[in-house]
Amino acid sequence: MNDLNDRTTTTTAAPVGGYPLWEVFVRARRGLNHVHAGSVHAPDADTALQHARDVYTRRAEGVSVWVVPSAAIVASDPDARDDWFEGSKPYRHPTFYTIPDEVGHL
Amino acid sequence: MEQSTFTTATTDGPTPAERFDQLIAAGEKIEPRDWMPEAYRRTMIRQIAQHAHSEVIGQQPEGNWITRAPSLRRKAILVAKVQDEAGHGLYLYSACETLGISRDELNELLHQGRQKYSSIFNYPTLSWADVGAIGWLVDGAAIANQVALTRTSYGPYARAMVRICKEESFHQRQGFEIMMTLARGSEAQRDMAQDALNRWWWPSLAMLGPPDEQSTHTEQSMQWGIKVETNDEIRQKFVDQTVPQAQFLGLTLPDPALAWNEERGHWDFGEIDWDAFWEVVRGNGPCNRERLAHKVKAWEDGAWVREAALAHAAKQDGRGLAATA
Ligand SMILES: [Fe+2]
Ligand SMILES: [Fe+2]
Repeated sequence: MNDLNDRTTTTTAAPVGGYPLWEVFVRARRGLNHVHAGSVHAPDADTALQHARDVYTRRAEGVSVWVVPSAAIVASDPDARDDWFEGSKPYRHPTFYTIPDEVGHL
Repeated sequence: MEQSTFTTATTDGPTPAERFDQLIAAGEKIEPRDWMPEAYRRTMIRQIAQHAHSEVIGQQPEGNWITRAPSLRRKAILVAKVQDEAGHGLYLYSACETLGISRDELNELLHQGRQKYSSIFNYPTLSWADVGAIGWLVDGAAIANQVALTRTSYGPYARAMVRICKEESFHQRQGFEIMMTLARGSEAQRDMAQDALNRWWWPSLAMLGPPDEQSTHTEQSMQWGIKVETNDEIRQKFVDQTVPQAQFLGLTLPDPALAWNEERGHWDFGEIDWDAFWEVVRGNGPCNRERLAHKVKAWEDGAWVREAALAHAAKQDGRGLAATA
C-alpha cells in the first residue's frame, strides 16, 4: 500500500502516461471510515472511480469508494515526523492515574 | 462532495425509504450519502450540534481554574483535558457537517441562542474541588451517555463517539484523583470536596435529560436507532456506578432518598428538581448569559485573525488554502 507521507508532492502531481493519479479510499462496511487503499491512474473522475472499484473491491472489500486527485492531497513532511508527532504526554492516558481497584470501573 | 455520474444499473429494488427502514431494522449504520427522512436529518443535526456546542462551552467552567491549579502537574493535566474538549467539539462539528449544514451556520445558531448546549455548563466553578467533581461526575455522566451513543445509527456520529470515549477515560480518572486527594486531606479540603459534590450531584443527574415519560424526542429517536438507551436507563447506570465511588471517598451524596433496592438490583434515588432544570435550559441558570457572551466575544475578537489568515493564504499564490480549495 502506498504511504502518502513517503511520497513527495512533486511525484503526486506528475501525471504518468498522460493520466493523472487518484488516491482510492474504501469503506469496508457501513459504520467504518473510508480507509486509504491505494491509487489508480485515470483520465477523469468517473473512470478513476470505475478503476478503483475494479482494482480494489473485486472481492466485495467495500460498500463505498472515494477517489481523490492525488495532487489535491497535502501531506506532512516526512522529515518533520519527530516535531509533529512528539511522544504523547503520559497524563493524557488513563493509566497515568492510580485508582484503587475497589473503586470499580472508571 | 461531488456525486459521480457513474452509477451501476439498478434493478427494481426497495425505494429509498424502504431501504432506510431496512438498514435501521438490521442495526446497520446510515452513512452521509444514504437517503434519509428529512426529520431524521434534522434530529441528527440538532443532536450532534447540541453535543458539539456542549464540548466547546464546556471548556469554560474548567478553563476558569487553569491559572490557579494547585500544582504544575494539575495544571498540565487540566490544560490537556480542556484541549481534549475543544477537540471533541471539532470531531462533532465535522460529523454534523456531513449532514449538509456548515460550520459557520452552526456557530451562528449557537451564538443566536437558537441551538442549545448542555445545561450543566451553566453552573459556576467556585473552588478547585469543582474541577475534581466535574471530571468525576460531569465527565462520568457524559461517558455513560456517550458509550451508549457509540451504537447510534448515524455512522459519522457513532465514529466520533468511539474516538471521544477513548479520550474521556482520563478525564474522569483525573477528576476522581483530585477528589481522592482532597477527601484524604485536611478538614478544609474534605469540606471543599463535599461542598463541590453537593452542588454538582443533582445537575449531573439532570444533564442526562428529562425523564422518559416527559422526553419529547425519545420515542422517535429510539425507533430510528439514534438513541439506544433511554435517559432514565443511562441515569440509573450512572447512579449505580457512582454511589460506591462516593462511599469509597467517604463523601455523602446529597440525597436522603438514596437506598439500595434489593429487588431491582439498583440504587433508588430521590426526585430530580425538573423545574430547576428547565429554568436553566430556558436561559436562567447562574451562568447562561456569561457563557454565551464569552463565546461570542472570543469569536468576535478572533475575527482579525481569521481575516489575516485568509489574506495570507490568498497571497501565497498556489501554496495556500485558496489554491487547493
Ligand atoms: Fe468531551
Ligand atoms: Fe471530557
